Amino acid sequence: MSFGLPPVLAYALRRLLQAVPVIILIMVATFLLLKLAPGDTVDALVGDMGGADAAYIARMRAEYGLDQPVWVQLWRYMAKLATFDLGWSFVYEQPVSVVLMDRLGTTLMLMAASLSLAFTLGIALGAIAARKAYSLTDNLISTLGLVFYATPSFFLSLLFIYLFSVKLGWLPVGGIKTIAGFYTGWDHVVDVALHLIMPTAALSLIYLSFYMRLMRATVLEVADLDFVRTARAKGAGEFRLMIHHIMRNALLPVITLLGLQFSTVLGGSVVVETIFTLPGLGQLASQSVVQRDMNTLMGIIFLCSIIVVVVNFLTDVLYARLDSRIELA
Amino acid sequence: MTDTPPVLQISGLKIALPKGADRPYALEGLDLEINPGEIVCLVGESGSGKSLSAGAIMRLLPEPHVHVAEGSIKFRGEEIVAKSEAEMRQIRGRDIAMIFQEPMTALNPQKTVGWQLDEVLRLHTKMSRKERRARAIEMLERVHLPDPPSAYNAYPHQISGGQRQRVMIAMALSLSPKLIIADEPTTALDVTTQLQILKLIRELQEQEGAGVLFITHDFGVVAEIADKVAVLRKGILVEQGPASEVLNNPQHAYTRALIGAVPALTPPPLKVPSTAPVVLKGTGLKKTFAARGGMLSGKRKAVTAVKDLTFELRQGETLGVVGESGSGKTTVSRIVTRLLECDAGSVEMDGKDLLALSPREMREMRKHIQMVFQDPMASLNPRKRVVDLIAQGPIVHGADPAKARADARRLLELVELSPASASRFPHEFSGGQRQRIGIARALALEPKVIVADEPVSALDVSVQAQVLKLLAELRDRLNLSLLFVTHDLRVAAQLCDRIIVMQKGEIVESGPTAEVFANPQHEYTQKLLSSIPGRDWTPPVIRTDAA
Repeated sequence: MSFGLPPVLAYALRRLLQAVPVIILIMVATFLLLKLAPGDTVDALVGDMGGADAAYIARMRAEYGLDQPVWVQLWRYMAKLATFDLGWSFVYEQPVSVVLMDRLGTTLMLMAASLSLAFTLGIALGAIAARKAYSLTDNLISTLGLVFYATPSFFLSLLFIYLFSVKLGWLPVGGIKTIAGFYTGWDHVVDVALHLIMPTAALSLIYLSFYMRLMRATVLEVADLDFVRTARAKGAGEFRLMIHHIMRNALLPVITLLGLQFSTVLGGSVVVETIFTLPGLGQLASQSVVQRDMNTLMGIIFLCSIIVVVVNFLTDVLYARLDSRIELA
Repeated sequence: MTDTPPVLQISGLKIALPKGADRPYALEGLDLEINPGEIVCLVGESGSGKSLSAGAIMRLLPEPHVHVAEGSIKFRGEEIVAKSEAEMRQIRGRDIAMIFQEPMTALNPQKTVGWQLDEVLRLHTKMSRKERRARAIEMLERVHLPDPPSAYNAYPHQISGGQRQRVMIAMALSLSPKLIIADEPTTALDVTTQLQILKLIRELQEQEGAGVLFITHDFGVVAEIADKVAVLRKGILVEQGPASEVLNNPQHAYTRALIGAVPALTPPPLKVPSTAPVVLKGTGLKKTFAARGGMLSGKRKAVTAVKDLTFELRQGETLGVVGESGSGKTTVSRIVTRLLECDAGSVEMDGKDLLALSPREMREMRKHIQMVFQDPMASLNPRKRVVDLIAQGPIVHGADPAKARADARRLLELVELSPASASRFPHEFSGGQRQRIGIARALALEPKVIVADEPVSALDVSVQAQVLKLLAELRDRLNLSLLFVTHDLRVAAQLCDRIIVMQKGEIVESGPTAEVFANPQHEYTQKLLSSIPGRDWTPPVIRTDAA
């Protein structure tokens, strides 16, 4: 099934085809699950309007197709989805795709920042802890990891806001940029970065502790392997051993975890974005649930499924690049 | 040779072990001298301290838990014990090089062969990238690797075990070290590969005039390569001398016991008459493994592990299945016990085809055919007491638990373990004792046939001799039939009445062991037999009660 494509492309194609039934299943399941929740878009809209008469409500339902049996609604939705039409958001009065694209950037920025912080700091601290195993440094790092691991992100968020915004006044409380700041160029970048510091820290610390603990364990394991002894016998110094021999091998399981956790970070961003009022997908998701904005919600889930599939694919490609023993198949 | 100073001079070396170890010192008062161009074999069983002495010379002991407590190690007249870590880094790899046992794990799986060869040169020389590459490829040529440039670019997993060991040797020798420490360098290799590697080490060492400290547990290898031999027992040097002296006229009781335990290459006379009933009969067995990978190239390679294998095992007989790695011998043992489903053929026992039985019927039949595995530690559940491990089989097959446990205790006696061991856990035993437990477990169901897959390969030679003796005794006493899979021709010679020699899934030769050994017909059998280390050395017959 290679169609004469270069190996990585053929592999990508195959993975994509494998992902299609998974995504369809996710969409159907979510659709049905959402229909189980009481109330729909019309209830929410009417609630906002402060009430309406029964005939009007019925007309609205008919207009949105909500009077049809669930199976018909599902079929219509999936048929449209097949053409990548995500439908119309009755809450935002815009196509869902436009609503999503508006929000995607913020979420990706938050996730990228959080994951890279968690990953780099996690592996660095883990490696240090392992090299100084059972010392004071190790105990300190490991205890810190445990604290991060045990602290929920919403609690951290509130703590940060209290400390750095309310008490010290160093950082903005929420949002992605200063309202009516009208910064441009570099100032804009700095402004956004300042707004992202606390959400990123709150979201990343728990993942940081995962990577740290895993890295510590694998470095300890790899350091005991025969080829490290071989390198020592060749006259390699400790730094060289760490970088070329130990880290290179110890990183592999951590990369796997990185791919697996991407989706949970996406989930975690719902909480953090809501607290810091960041206009991202997470915040949109929680608002859409409250407003019963079915189409937007489905759109978010569709987008997230695709992101997760793509990230998992990239992780596998990265893994194959890093581990010479693995061939993509 | 007396006018040149020794390469290595160890005197009164003592290595301390951490508190709570089985003894205070891993090594107590080792004296050893290696001259240029000399190969000194340090021989001992596991736990004798032989690998730690190599660690001490390289200053790579797991300090501070294990450290040199006393004594001196002089490398070309200079005290090593007093050197700083920075000075040692200079010496390691350049003046003293090491070759390790397991060539798969001793090379970094994520770096190419070339990168790893290059590393030594980068660490110790000022050569340019181009010079280093040329030097590395030259070294790969010197260790007789086919196609050095492509070996240079290969990852360790892409070449064979023997080739990996050649890479290790190339790496160790690339800076012409004065001392080479080889720690069991051929133990993990097939017998034909082993001989090639031994020859290679000899050849290069002669060219370079280096001194070699060769650590091994195998007296056959000693006979093959050593100029001088030093025998270690639990950290104490018991005997030292020229190889021919120690091998043929050992003085110390322990050396005698060790040499006495080396299986002689003289097979027993055929004792089971060919009229004994056939208990297990395999016909036309075939097994192919579909190899993964190659999806993108559109091809899936299939590996034929066993093709068209036919054999007969008679009552009270031991049939040896002999071959190198990849010959399919383990696959055979898995097929006949139906731990692996086979593609074609039949295995007959009591007139029933085991391979055609339903899972329920097979479970019933399993008590007649039991297995003893290679690694007794890995094959015994570490969380169960010995008595339960042994009684488990009978209980599963419906025996009264109380009676099964009582029987288990009796079996422990049969395999010469104290009844007190019944309530202990596997980790509390030594390797040999664990294998005895494994045998008792197999016997608990009173099987007709025992399939033993390399049951003594993981054991020290003296323990190996005891376990082999036990197996032979039990076979004769209980009229068992043994299907004995091994790579070790010495072991096969000692135990097996008949052998089949396998290569690449096919039987190349079969017959009574004595006949095959005396007059091998097939080229491959001849090659195998002529590769046995120390084949020209007949261990002296020594009166001893240890074997």
